[in-house]
Amino acid sequence: MDLKYTGAAPSDAERDAVDALLGPPPSGWEGAGERTAEDLRWAKGGASAAKDRRDQLLPALHAVNDRVGWISEGALDYICRRLTVAPAEAYGVATFYAMFSVRPRPAKVLHVCTDLACAARGSASVCADLTERLGPPGTPAEGAVWQESPCLGLCERAPAALLLRAGPDGAHPSQDAPRLSAVVAPAAAEDLLATVRTPEAGPPEPPAASAVPQAGDPGLVLLRRIGTVDPASLDDYRSTGGYAALRRAFSLGPAGVIREVLDAGLVGRGGAAFPTGRKWQATAQQADGPHYLVCNADESEPGTFKDRVLMEGDPYALVEAMTIAGYAIGAHQGYIYLRGEYPRAHERLGHALASARTRGLLGPDVLGQGYAFDIEIRRGAGAYICGEETAIFNSIEGQRGEPRSKPPFPVEKGLFGKPTAVNNVETLVNVLPVLEHGAAAYAATGTRTSTGTKLFCVSGQVTRPGIYELPFGASLRELLGLAGPPERLRAVLLGGAAGGFVRPDELDVPLTFEGTRAAGTTLGSGVVLVLDDSVELPRVLLRIAEFFRDESCGQCVPCRVGTVRQEEALHRIVDRTGAGAAEDIALMREVGQAMRDASICGLGQTAWNAVESAIDRLGVYK
Amino acid sequence: MTAVPLQPPRRLVSFTLDGEETRVPEGSTILDACRSAGKDIPTLCQGDTLTPKNACRVCVVEVEGSRTLAPACSRRAEPDMTVVTDSERARHSRKVVLELLASSTDLSTTPRAEEWIKEYEAQPQRFGADAARVDEQPKIDNELYVRDYDKCILCYKCVDACGEQWQNTFAIAVSGRGFDARISTEHDAALPDSACVFCGNCIEVCPTGALSFSTEFGMRAAGTWDEPAQTRTTTVCAYCGVGCNVTLHVQDNEIVKVTSPHDNPVTHGNLCIKGRFGFQHVQNRD
Repeated sequence: MDLKYTGAAPSDAERDAVDALLGPPPSGWEGAGERTAEDLRWAKGGASAAKDRRDQLLPALHAVNDRVGWISEGALDYICRRLTVAPAEAYGVATFYAMFSVRPRPAKVLHVCTDLACAARGSASVCADLTERLGPPGTPAEGAVWQESPCLGLCERAPAALLLRAGPDGAHPSQDAPRLSAVVAPAAAEDLLATVRTPEAGPPEPPAASAVPQAGDPGLVLLRRIGTVDPASLDDYRSTGGYAALRRAFSLGPAGVIREVLDAGLVGRGGAAFPTGRKWQATAQQADGPHYLVCNADESEPGTFKDRVLMEGDPYALVEAMTIAGYAIGAHQGYIYLRGEYPRAHERLGHALASARTRGLLGPDVLGQGYAFDIEIRRGAGAYICGEETAIFNSIEGQRGEPRSKPPFPVEKGLFGKPTAVNNVETLVNVLPVLEHGAAAYAATGTRTSTGTKLFCVSGQVTRPGIYELPFGASLRELLGLAGPPERLRAVLLGGAAGGFVRPDELDVPLTFEGTRAAGTTLGSGVVLVLDDSVELPRVLLRIAEFFRDESCGQCVPCRVGTVRQEEALHRIVDRTGAGAAEDIALMREVGQAMRDASICGLGQTAWNAVESAIDRLGVYK
Repeated sequence: MTAVPLQPPRRLVSFTLDGEETRVPEGSTILDACRSAGKDIPTLCQGDTLTPKNACRVCVVEVEGSRTLAPACSRRAEPDMTVVTDSERARHSRKVVLELLASSTDLSTTPRAEEWIKEYEAQPQRFGADAARVDEQPKIDNELYVRDYDKCILCYKCVDACGEQWQNTFAIAVSGRGFDARISTEHDAALPDSACVFCGNCIEVCPTGALSFSTEFGMRAAGTWDEPAQTRTTTVCAYCGVGCNVTLHVQDNEIVKVTSPHDNPVTHGNLCIKGRFGFQHVQNRD
């Protein structure tokens, strides 16, 4: 392809970072210094080969960002040459993600969560302290820069912060390298400053099990290994029943696995509750190939952290479950799209994949059964929208993470235009008990239409925040009883920013997909954010609106402008009630209806849900 | 003689459109069906020479059984589907979309915008005087055309025309995200430093006048632009042997801009820099 590059030169560090990922450039056409006479004489079709590597664009941007901390013109141009990507397109991709910067910034970036759960536990005062000591967000100080961040998925330890440091080993974190990320939670300005100065000196992050108050309870199914086995040990995993499900899968055959999952009544846990077996069946049936499996681990719904705990505490379970899913749908390649803010999950999964490969549990001949399957981790870079099932494809393919319009659905045309099954982490992990104990045993737990157990992410003003596993059908009251509810409960947000509020007198709502739907709310991704009466609800709503405004991809008008108008209206009425707020509420209703009806994807369609429920169910502005 | 390109015969799909049984060739969109039935659905990001991006959502219609509204421009007609184009719900979304656009961008040069705003009783001013706007200054960095992104509705048509749908130059793309998303070259470089080849095929497809000839931009600024007084003459570009059709827009005996017929079976409205902008020699009179 005849592309015009900018001609800006990369620094040695930038070039090294990209070459470490992509290998040395094969010719002058792809950035190996000056073009030689040799290069000019031979056309090797190299450009088209490079074009096929467009999906390396996001990893290449990460490589530079991890090494240098930001993406310069020279670095971007070098990446473009290496991958035959137009500079304008690569710039469009780099500027899409919140974790990248195309302007110089310090190597250390401190992300301070100001989202719902952290705001409920004092993030505002942390930010105020930081502003006083380091200056306002975005101002470089002490070799670092801090910025406000959407939910970091550390809600059980709110308020939370995450320090990411670019450096020579950024692309390949290892045990011996200096720590390149540090989680500070619960965060106080004092600790944050210490971490900013010496990231490696801070106390180690508590184990994943600290997020599971029920850890060790024999009744747990999905969480049973967390806190009881070493997440780095494949032997531990196998000695606690690991890989029994995969063996059973091989004895059932792909169709048998799908039948079992269908009979178990397993539905997706990412929020949409689509029957997993039907998705797999539809993918498996497609004549076009190859088929792909994508694990959606871009957990970014504010207040959700269950997938992080699963991946950090029991990474092999996800690897095994993905192998089963891949086998069922006839895929030989799986991707884990992991959100960029989860460095520890990245490390644990990376280790699990490598050790599974050495033991023949991934690779050309899984368990000696003649089935080839491998998994690659792709890191997100700070974009909630990339958890949308088609945006995830664009992101992996090296495009801007904008949702595609459906139809065609992913089962027909998904990743790289091929049939693809996209499943959430929690959904996949549920496949293990289905196969270990059989569909009937699985379906015996829960209710008729919501089978099995569900993970709930309890955060906010409770005594024991964390991940709770309960059979479907338990009531919200029972769940809050476990977590220790506040004395004066004001409201519970179910399902996260895209979910809805329930009142203190509605705590008997059964926590099932059908039960919450009947009550006019949603289970969503399992968020249970508990707010007491010290919380100013209009500010919570404003934070939700800010979140959607920030995270809208900008593709369609209802969401791009509608989320802005919603936020403006909420700003106007933040201190108003009754007649003073009525006009803006009516305006939001109209905009909200259009966002729900006419937006391309679920983000815009749900951006008004929580605000609407706060107005109608909680009577916030009355 | 006009060449009429023949297409292989296509099966007909029958479905219900506003209560009436309608038959359209397989693969037609709901918008195609509406247009052949004489229904006027507003469209902005849809282009007759481009694959629908369905980003503007002004053409949404109600499809029975669908939770959300469907974009008429890209949803294909399926057998037995029931479509209502003028329901309360569809009209409401169109109204709000027009309000959102008109309150954030300058639609003064968008053909038919004013008419639709009236038709759907849209009130863009109700978001208040402080409502955020795109707020961009015109980018004048070359002699041939101006990019006035204050008028841009982010329909992606220029990006698609510059990229793989026509020109394969890839000089522009969408950068940023959400309300801050803009059409941009790499690092927002000036056009002469970018990959732009000045074919002007982006101007050809721009639905709002955000991209315009420098001549048009200047005349509009001076208040001398008078479209009704212009003549349009389609002729053949004399620069090379391809023989593209050029339509010369002439006001006061001066060529003020050049377009190209979209229904030309060879060029589909596309030209190169010479056909698009190389007209000054025609009117050098001394």
